[in-house]
Amino acid sequence: MTDTATTLESLAAEAAATAGANPHGREGESYTAVNSEKNRSLYASRVKVYPKLVHGSFRRLKWLVMAVTLAIYYITPWLRWDRGPSLPDQAVLLDFPARRFYFFFLEIWPQEFYYITGLLILAALGLFLVTSVAGRVWCGYTCPQTVWTDLFIHVERFFEGDRAKRIRLDKSPMSVGKLARKTGKHLTWILIALATGGAWVFYFADAPTLAGQLVSFEAPAAAYLFIALFAFTTYLLGGIAREQVCIYMCPWPRIQGAMFDEDSLLVSYKEDRGEKRGPHKKGTSWEGRGDCIDCGQCVAACPMGIDIRDGMQLECIQCALCIDACNEIMDKVERPRGLIAYDTFRNQERRRAGEAPRLNLVRPRTILYSSVLALVAAIMLVALSNRSTLDVSVLADRNPLFVRLSDGSIRNGYQVKIVNKEHSERTYRVSIEGLDGAILTRAVLAGEANEIVVVEADKLENVRFFVSLPAERAQALNGGEADFDFIVTDLADGKTATKETTFRGPAE
Amino acid sequence: MSEKHKDEVTGVETTGHSWDGIRELNNPLPKWWIYTFYATIVWSFAYWVVMPAWPYLTGSGWTYTQGVIGYEQRNVVTNELAAVAEGRSGAMERIATMPLEEIANDPALMEVALGAGKAAFGDNCAPCHGSGAQGSKGFPNLNDDDWIWGGTLDDIHTTLAHGIRWDGDDETRNNVMMAYGRDGILNRTEINDVAEYVLSLSGRAGNQEAAARGAEVFASQCVACHGDGGTGNQELGAPNLTDAIWLYGGEKASIVETVSNGRSGVMPAWGGRLDEGTINALTLFVYSLGGGEK
Repeated sequence: MTDTATTLESLAAEAAATAGANPHGREGESYTAVNSEKNRSLYASRVKVYPKLVHGSFRRLKWLVMAVTLAIYYITPWLRWDRGPSLPDQAVLLDFPARRFYFFFLEIWPQEFYYITGLLILAALGLFLVTSVAGRVWCGYTCPQTVWTDLFIHVERFFEGDRAKRIRLDKSPMSVGKLARKTGKHLTWILIALATGGAWVFYFADAPTLAGQLVSFEAPAAAYLFIALFAFTTYLLGGIAREQVCIYMCPWPRIQGAMFDEDSLLVSYKEDRGEKRGPHKKGTSWEGRGDCIDCGQCVAACPMGIDIRDGMQLECIQCALCIDACNEIMDKVERPRGLIAYDTFRNQERRRAGEAPRLNLVRPRTILYSSVLALVAAIMLVALSNRSTLDVSVLADRNPLFVRLSDGSIRNGYQVKIVNKEHSERTYRVSIEGLDGAILTRAVLAGEANEIVVVEADKLENVRFFVSLPAERAQALNGGEADFDFIVTDLADGKTATKETTFRGPAE
Repeated sequence: MSEKHKDEVTGVETTGHSWDGIRELNNPLPKWWIYTFYATIVWSFAYWVVMPAWPYLTGSGWTYTQGVIGYEQRNVVTNELAAVAEGRSGAMERIATMPLEEIANDPALMEVALGAGKAAFGDNCAPCHGSGAQGSKGFPNLNDDDWIWGGTLDDIHTTLAHGIRWDGDDETRNNVMMAYGRDGILNRTEINDVAEYVLSLSGRAGNQEAAARGAEVFASQCVACHGDGGTGNQELGAPNLTDAIWLYGGEKASIVETVSNGRSGVMPAWGGRLDEGTINALTLFVYSLGGGEK
C-alpha cells in the first residue's frame, strides 16, 4: 500500500501548492467552495475554477456522451436522404426560403408547425421525467453548455496541464512559455468555436454547396455573420463564462427545484457515512469517525467550483465527476466506494434512522410524466401517420356574396388552394358534389378553362372557380344558402380531398 | 429601514424584506453583471446622441432631438416604397404598352396587373361600383355577364378611357334614352302598354292585351336602339331588355319611370386622369371579375 501513501503525500503537496490560489481560502484548508459564506459581498468577482481531471466510470460515460453529441451536431447536416429530383436531399434541413423543414422521412410545411410544438412538448416532458428520476441528467451530461465547456476545459488541460499546473501557470509572471501555452489554448478554442458556428449554418442550406461557397468566399453574408456570431458565443460561453452561464443565465436550475422530490436520484454526499470528516493517517482506526478524509478532491474535480458536501445546491449540474474523484480516493484508503453517489433524500433519512435504503422509481410523479409523455407521443404518431399529402382549402367570395347573371342564374366565386405534398408533379380534377344542377367553371382569362389542375411537386396552386345555379334552383335554396363539397381527385392514384363550403343566393 | 436578518440554513444575509414569511437571500451579483448594466447605461447615452430621442417644445410646437446620423423611420418607409415601385416599374411599363390579350397570357405580368388593378379600383371605382364591383341601382354590377357597352377587353378599355356621357371627352360613349313621358312623346296609356311589353320580353307576361298594344309602340319608338325583340345593341349602348339584369330595376314601376323620364347615367373618362398602365390594369381586373366577353 505504498501507492496510497505516496498518492496522499502528493495530494498534500498539491494542497500546499494551491493553498494560495484562493485568496479567500480559510487557514489550514486548501479547498474552498467559490460560493462559501466568506466569499460573499454585494458584487462578487468571479473566482476562477480549475477543474481537476478524474478517472472513472462517470468520466468515461461523459467522454462517450461528448463524442456522441458532438458527432450528431457536426455530422447531421451531411447526411443525405433522397426525396426525388426536385427536392433537397439533405436529411435534416431548415429551408427558410422555401419554408420547409425536412427531417429524414418528415417534411413539415409552415401550417404544420404544430408537429414542432409536439416535438418540443415531448422534449419538455422527457426532461421532466428524467429530472424526477435522476435529477439534472440533461445539465450534467448532454446540455451543449456542459459538453462544450468540458471540451474547452480538456483543451485547456492539454496546453496548460492539470489543475495544480494551471493554478501555478496563472500565478507565474508572463513568459514565452506561458504566452505560447495561452496562445495555443485560445487558438484551439477559436478553431473549435468556428467549427461550431460553421456546422450550425449547414442546417440551413445544402451543406456541400454551402461548404464550397464558404471556402471560395461566395457564401451569403448571413452565413458568415452567423458563423461569426456562433463562434463568438461558443468561445465566450464555453471558454470564458463557463459555470456562470448555468449559475446566472440559465433558468433551468430555478425550475428544477420543483421537478425532483425526496425519491429522485441526485448526486449527493452521504453525510451519514462521511461525517465526522477529517484527515486520516494510514493504519489508524476508522472507528468513531466518518469516511471523508477531507482531501478536497470532490471540490477540485467540480467544474462548477462548489463543494458537494454542502448539500444540494443550485450551482450543482449533477455531472457526477465528484463521484469519480471520491471513488478514486476511497479505493486508495481502502474504504467502500460510493461516499459520493447517486442517492435520494429519503434514503439519507432512512440510513440515519437505521433502515435499509430503498429505490422508489415508480411514484405518482414519474407515472404522471410517463403517461403524459406516452399520450403526447401517441397523438404525434397518429397525426404523423395520418398526415395527408393533398390539402385543399376553399375560400368563398365575400364581396359580392353572389352575382346574378343575365339568364337569371346565381353565381358564386371560390378560391381553391390545392397543396401537393407529394414529391412529384400531380394532376388533379376538381369537382363539386351536393348541389343539384350547379355548374362548375374555372375562371381563367386566357387559355382553356377546365377542371384539371396541375400542381408541381411540393407546391401550392391557387385556382379560382365559379359555381352557377339556375334561377329556379337558386330560388329554391333554403334560407338563400346551401352547403356542398369541393372534391379534388388525384388522377394518378385516385386519392381525394373533400372540403365543404357554402353556396349563397338571394335570401327571399 | 429593515433590520438585518440572517437565514439560518444558509447563513446568508437576507434582503430584509418578507412576503408571507418568505425572505429573499441577499446573494451577491457577479461583477460582470453590474458592469454589463453600466454598459447599457453608457449605451443609452450614446443612443440619445445618435438616434432621435427626446421630445421638446419649441415656439412652433413639439419636436424632438434628431440624432446625429439623421435616422428617421419615415425615410425608411419612403425608401422601401420607392424600392417596391422601382421593382414594379418594369412590369407596369410593359402593362402600359403590351396588347391586353398578351398580358392576359402572361401569368407573371397578369399577377402584377390584377394587383395594381385591384388597388386602383378601390381608389377610383369603388365609390360608385362598390368595393366588390357589385354595383347598385344606376351603377352596373361588373361581375355579371351583361354589358351595356360591351365586355371584351377593348370595350372595357374604351369605356374606362373615355367614360360615358362625359363632357370633357370627345370620344366619350354617348346615347340618349329619351324621356318619353316628360317630353310628351308617349301618353300614359302608351307608356303603360310598352312597359307591359318589355316585361313580357323577359317572360313576365301580365296584361296580354296591353302587351300586344305595347309591341306596336315598341316597334315604332324603341327598336331603333334596343333592336327587334329588345335584345339591345352594345354598339349603341342600348341594354338588353330580355335578360335578368336591370340597371334601374326590372319591376313595372321602374320600367314606367325609365320610359317616362329617360336615363342618362354618367361615368367619368379616366384617360388623362390615370396613366395608361393603370387603365390597362383596371381593364384586366374588371375583365377578370367573371363576366369578361371574348
